[in-house]
Amino acid sequence: MYTYIGKRLLLAIPTLIIISIFAFSLQKLLPGDPILAMAGEERDPQVIEFLRDKYRLNDPVVYQYVYWVGAVVQGDFGISLRTNQPVLSLIAEKLPVTIQLAIMAMIFALAIGVPIGILAAVKKNTWIDYIANIVALSGLSVPNFWMGIMLILLVSVKLGWLPASGYEPFFSDPVRSLQTMIMPAFVLGLALAATLMRHTRSSMLSVLRSDYIRTARAKGVSEQAVILQHSFRNALLPIVTLTALLFGELLAGAVLTEQIFTIPGFGKLIVDAVFNRDYAVVQGVVLCTAIGFILMNLVADVLYVLLNPRMRAAL
Amino acid sequence: MPNTLAATVPENTTNVARPKPVLSVEGLTTSFSVDGDWKNVVRNVSFDVMPGETVAIVGESGSGKSVTSLSIMRLLAKGTSRINGKIMLNGKDLLSLTDKQMRDVRGNDASMIFQEPMTSLNPIFTIGRQISEALTCHSNLSQADARAETIRLLEKVRIPNAAARFDEYPHQFSGGMRQRVMIAMALASRPKLLIADEPTTALDVTIQGQILDLIKVLQEEEGMAVLFITHDMGVVAEISDRTIVMYRGEAVESGPTDDIFHRGKHPYTRALLSAVPRLGSMKDSRWPLRFPIVDVTTGESTVPTEVADTVDKRKTPILEVKNLTTRFDIRSGLFGRKSGAIHAVENISFDLFQGETLSLVGESGCGKSTTGRSITRLVQPDSGEVHLDGYNVLTLDQASLRNMRKSIQMIFQDPFASLNPRMSVGATIAEPFIAHRLGTKKQAQDKTVDLLERVGLTADMMKRYPHEFSGGQRQRIAIARALALDPKVIVADESVSALDVSIKAQVVNLLLDLQQSFNLAFLFISHDMAVVERVSHRVAVMYLGEIVEIGPRAAVFENPQHDYTKKLMAAVPVPDPARRAIKRDVATDELKNPVRSIDYLPPVRKYCEVSNGHLVQVG
Repeated sequence: MYTYIGKRLLLAIPTLIIISIFAFSLQKLLPGDPILAMAGEERDPQVIEFLRDKYRLNDPVVYQYVYWVGAVVQGDFGISLRTNQPVLSLIAEKLPVTIQLAIMAMIFALAIGVPIGILAAVKKNTWIDYIANIVALSGLSVPNFWMGIMLILLVSVKLGWLPASGYEPFFSDPVRSLQTMIMPAFVLGLALAATLMRHTRSSMLSVLRSDYIRTARAKGVSEQAVILQHSFRNALLPIVTLTALLFGELLAGAVLTEQIFTIPGFGKLIVDAVFNRDYAVVQGVVLCTAIGFILMNLVADVLYVLLNPRMRAAL
Repeated sequence: MPNTLAATVPENTTNVARPKPVLSVEGLTTSFSVDGDWKNVVRNVSFDVMPGETVAIVGESGSGKSVTSLSIMRLLAKGTSRINGKIMLNGKDLLSLTDKQMRDVRGNDASMIFQEPMTSLNPIFTIGRQISEALTCHSNLSQADARAETIRLLEKVRIPNAAARFDEYPHQFSGGMRQRVMIAMALASRPKLLIADEPTTALDVTIQGQILDLIKVLQEEEGMAVLFITHDMGVVAEISDRTIVMYRGEAVESGPTDDIFHRGKHPYTRALLSAVPRLGSMKDSRWPLRFPIVDVTTGESTVPTEVADTVDKRKTPILEVKNLTTRFDIRSGLFGRKSGAIHAVENISFDLFQGETLSLVGESGCGKSTTGRSITRLVQPDSGEVHLDGYNVLTLDQASLRNMRKSIQMIFQDPFASLNPRMSVGATIAEPFIAHRLGTKKQAQDKTVDLLERVGLTADMMKRYPHEFSGGQRQRIAIARALALDPKVIVADESVSALDVSIKAQVVNLLLDLQQSFNLAFLFISHDMAVVERVSHRVAVMYLGEIVEIGPRAAVFENPQHDYTKKLMAAVPVPDPARRAIKRDVATDELKNPVRSIDYLPPVRKYCEVSNGHLVQVG
């Protein structure tokens, strides 16, 4: 098992290197020179030269990359050009917000998508299956900003049940925190629920057709046990992998959702940073997201192995 | 045509009180919904199974034999299937039961085992759990009692070390052992009836022998009736008291097995029996022999014409294999270090002459397929020499390798998977010709027409797609494709194994005809001893990657020397009911696999020449 995790971590290193090169090149490839911006109106050549030297911009690009990686490894992502705060502390401040949003959205997605997927597979080609499919397709095709706005209109403005925007850290006031998060998490989770439902359905269908399900029925196992124990646990395997991949989609969706509900999370941080050409922040956020995504997939791979006795034995 | 066959109870029971049948099927008609139409798959089938009796249902694919068994257990998908008639099991009218009542019948009054032991067990539950579930879902057994009973069942099906294997998963069991687990599961509630749906078809022949004997022994011990579904006449002869022959959804004939074999009345029964190759039936023929083909409607049989002598040993062999070795590394650990190797093919040598058929026989994992692939360089051998039609195969670069492939072509086992479903038959056959730039499009088309006719199909089939053809026709298409480059050698890897008996006979005849007209050399890879005996000039028996015996067909089959060859031949079920009494032992030998540790040094093998060209491995 540890060998397996070790192997996966080793494989993550080249991925991280490639991503770090991308993140680093951002600042080199995008138009606009931050030094010119820092040097002020006069653009005194001496000042510019001083700044270039100070930030080691006169060294070869490869050296610059190595300096940067060296700093990042020690937790130094640089200073935000706009707020003059260290990038790391900015990230540390926003990260819990987005993590909370992501977890809640994923809970919504799984709680809605998986049971409906199972139901649709078991009731294949009946009206239940058809309705589930129609709902799933609608969930996939309705843009979530529209869904968000409509929910705000209905739930917050008309009915006044939930706050329309804002954020409260979970540990300072859990109830209020959940209240503000429920709507954005639901909106974000809905599109994922549709994807999960479609995949759960097809995964269940292929398992239900398998020989061992026929064996289970032939020995007289109840239909409920056939579906929930014999079938679902097998159908779950591809869903685990899919869920980890969907976290990427979740982070992308969070950017938009956080804008609509004005949640001060990662998404808002990156949008603001991009608009302000705050490269250090953009780099930090890209790197953190990539690491998070790699970790999620590692967790999924490990889970997959734990759920699958055949893989477990191969380790 | 008699449709009601219920009155086949043994006659000596007329005066005594007749025992009641365990299972009584009357007028069973099963239909499937196909695009909104109800299509009858089983029509008006009736039969009884007496306590302790074994009844076999025999038929080819599409005969409705499996659907009959699934109808009895009501395991067909609801909604898309409809079962009519009357099925009485143990006094219960199965078709009138509710779903819940039916669940209580399954695994309790009657249980079932299936063809594919590799996929019939749930991969994520332990063996023990799956067997004890069969116990606990019908009674209020405690966990501890269920465990004890499960271990007893595992011992009953002769699984060594039963208690220790309780917590193992299906993938840790071999195919034969999994089928034993399936049987243990089926026996859990001491059913009155065991339905066995092709339980040995997917198994190797020595394992098949074990499982058949196990079923026989358990049947005696438990006193249960067995309904045995199979396509294999040899298995029927070996196991059943009475036999029902099914053809296109109908039971065309039924009676005591001996009568069916020796006095079969229906033309189809006779056609089926004449198409069955019998091991040891080739004593008087010098060359390979065609199968007689019986007309299914009239029962007329054609006398097989003898094949001419096609082998010319005066020339140099078209294919020479010397000390061929192919190994696959096994890697493990953090950096994937080599920890061992599968010695799939270990130091084998043989020749093949123009017009000759050399068969490689052996069981799963013996390296026969890898040998075929190594010679064509579909896998890269580790060492050895292969000379084919002037090419030194193992040293060729990519371009010459392509040229070499014009001389050697392959036909594979699965006619469904080996044709591209998106390519028309014409395009499939012409592709090798066009890929090797052997001529214009017009010439490719002429060639395709010619080949289609050669393999017994017609030119107008060119535009059609694989799904429009039956399995036998598809295999003919695959043969036509292999012939497109006018090869000298054809590697036929289990090419007739997936086909029904009557189709198998026709395709074997076709191969023999083609050998004669094109002077082809065949490397015929097969596990089926009876077919091998029929088609080969010479035979090589493979075991754990090595050739243990090689020689002229008559020498190997009539005077087998190596223990493994003898074991293999003894295990083949012979379609002769007179041999029923003969029992093998229920040994639990498993097939070994040639996985060796990294420091393994293959022993130097010596061969002794028994007679001219008949070599046997000694020590």
